[in-house]
Amino acid sequence: MIEAVGLTKRYGDKTAVYNLSFQVRPGAVTGFLGPNGSGKSTTMRMILGLDNPTAGHVTIGGYPYRRLPNAPRQVGALLDAKAVHGGRSARNHLLSLAQLAGIPARRVDEVLGVVGLQDVAGRRSKGFSLGMGQRLGIAAALLGDPQVLLFDEPVNGLDPEGIHWVRNLMKSLAAEGRTVFVSSHLMSEMALTADHLIVIGRGQLLADMSVKDFIAANSAGFARVRTPDTEPQLREKLAGALTEAGGHVLPEQDGALRVTGLPLPRISDVAHASDVRLWELSPHQASLEEAYMRMTQGAVDYRSTADQKAGLQQPLPPGAQPPMPVPGQGQSGWYAPPPPQQAAPGPYGASADPGAAPANPYAQPAAQAPQEAPASQAPAPQPAVAPAPPQAPAQPPAPAQPPAPAAAPQDAAPAAPTKPEEAR
Amino acid sequence: MSTPQPPMPQTAAPTWQAAPGQPFPTYTSPIPVVRTHLGHALASEWTKIRSVRSTMWTLGVFVVLVVGIGLAVAALIAANAAEESLAGESPLSFGFFGLLLGTICVITLGVLTTASEYGTGMIRTTMTACPTRGRVLAAKAIVFFAVAFTVTLVSALLVALADVAMLDGAREPSTEEWLKGTVGISLYIALLGLLSLVVGSVIRHSAGAITIMIGLLLAPLVIALFMFAESLQDLQQALFEYSIPNQLSVFYAQSLSESGPHGWDPLWIMLGVTAAAFAGAWALLERRDV
Repeated sequence: MIEAVGLTKRYGDKTAVYNLSFQVRPGAVTGFLGPNGSGKSTTMRMILGLDNPTAGHVTIGGYPYRRLPNAPRQVGALLDAKAVHGGRSARNHLLSLAQLAGIPARRVDEVLGVVGLQDVAGRRSKGFSLGMGQRLGIAAALLGDPQVLLFDEPVNGLDPEGIHWVRNLMKSLAAEGRTVFVSSHLMSEMALTADHLIVIGRGQLLADMSVKDFIAANSAGFARVRTPDTEPQLREKLAGALTEAGGHVLPEQDGALRVTGLPLPRISDVAHASDVRLWELSPHQASLEEAYMRMTQGAVDYRSTADQKAGLQQPLPPGAQPPMPVPGQGQSGWYAPPPPQQAAPGPYGASADPGAAPANPYAQPAAQAPQEAPASQAPAPQPAVAPAPPQAPAQPPAPAQPPAPAAAPQDAAPAAPTKPEEAR
Repeated sequence: MSTPQPPMPQTAAPTWQAAPGQPFPTYTSPIPVVRTHLGHALASEWTKIRSVRSTMWTLGVFVVLVVGIGLAVAALIAANAAEESLAGESPLSFGFFGLLLGTICVITLGVLTTASEYGTGMIRTTMTACPTRGRVLAAKAIVFFAVAFTVTLVSALLVALADVAMLDGAREPSTEEWLKGTVGISLYIALLGLLSLVVGSVIRHSAGAITIMIGLLLAPLVIALFMFAESLQDLQQALFEYSIPNQLSVFYAQSLSESGPHGWDPLWIMLGVTAAAFAGAWALLERRDV
């Protein structure tokens, strides 16, 4: 059982983790998700007593790690596959750790067999591939046969067989009654492995719920409706009619409409009543990956942009059309907001209390309503006006607070040269 | 914390095992739990230091330098010096040149023992396996000191015996000269290596710590060489006398000056400096993030 209370870590003026509280229970695989740089590894290091929290505390079985009796026999961790001395053989590396923890030396060969490295046990780990390094790190974590296991990105660099093995390993470890805490930035991986999810972004808790709840809350279906491309005014008309009928309409990049809140037959009826022909009416399921991206898109620190090659391209011959930008490439992600039924306080229990974080350094200005995106300009990829996820309102609207510059994607709007109109 | 505790069959169990009727499942390992102590850390550090090539390289070069230069100097003097010019000289003193150069190898190994763990990230694995951080530092210090002292003593003894055998014209060294020229100088060099280990633990960067230590070894002497001003005379004298090469030479009773440290003084100076640095490193290690 890992318990964090108000965990905060600052490096100088950078806040890596802010007011994080969660519990990790035994007998289940708990996934720890977040974009790059969101504070996952910092949290892991604080759990292991390597970094001292600026505020708050974290305990394992009721003890801070550094005061845990027989710590290496209670907790095993894979933090960084490359955290070994490259000049030492795999066996000697594990042997030194086993001796340090008072574990019998024969256990070393046992775990080498478990991870499948027995044939290269005598080789220096400098020559190991990333996948072999991960296996060595997992071997080190399993060495003490501990009750609590922490893995930071365990499937990085593993081959498909290895990924499959790690998945089953996590599940079997949890089934034995151990606490398994696995960080990852891949939702798809966690959806297959984890029973419970803790999602953080910019060092703050975004979600703490079971995978089942996460799926139920986030992968609600929507209908895609397409009107004839030749008559754009029909789309306007239909969007108006559907909104009037109680639906939630969002334009998609290719000109289709994404409708939630109305069953398919009702959409068809509304279209018929307003005399609009349909080219497409299809049911869709939002993927978990998409739900996760939507949840974290406001909290991504490192965002890719299109490669403009400004000033490097040949001027286009007169009359030639510039290539259309490939949707989704180099543009900040476009994800539909979640279905309307969860705009209410929401299942994100931990952040639901507006008074919980009065000094929140990441407080965003009031969430931008996704409907602001004018339906008529649907094809515009909207790089700047990324609809803030309605989970965000859980934070206080903070009218008196100056908007944190890092948290306001709108600020970057004039500078972001990703609009195809400008590229032209 | 570093004293071995009496073995206890089962130490205080964390709450999830202690509290009956918890709703959560638990797992208990079949591997017997032993209470770890400094002895475990010593075994671990011994495994670490013997299983990397940098140990073999630095100590190999050290032995080659000390024994090679020591024998070469002795052979050169035995061949060229007139009988009477050696009279009154202690034959042991010719081991000095090899050891002075060899010091650099011991410094390098000392720094690498701690700093390389930070360079590779291994330190996080180590500190996870042993959250009692001071114990790890103590074990490193003890293992390194034992290795450095043994290797230096064997090399110095070898050179001393060869010198005495080859230089017939020199006088017979006294027992104290024997002790200082072998055990004394080995303790001093091992302590210098230990200081490097401690500096490596504070700086956490191999190249930086090695540079600092070599600077400490050479800088006072070099700076003193360029202090021509009359008003700096005293400072120049002090720098000469307390520079590490001069302190080394005190063990052979051939100091550059007649004042300054003499007898066993250098050993006490180095012991004090190293102890102070060790205490500082210990305090920093407990406080800082790994």
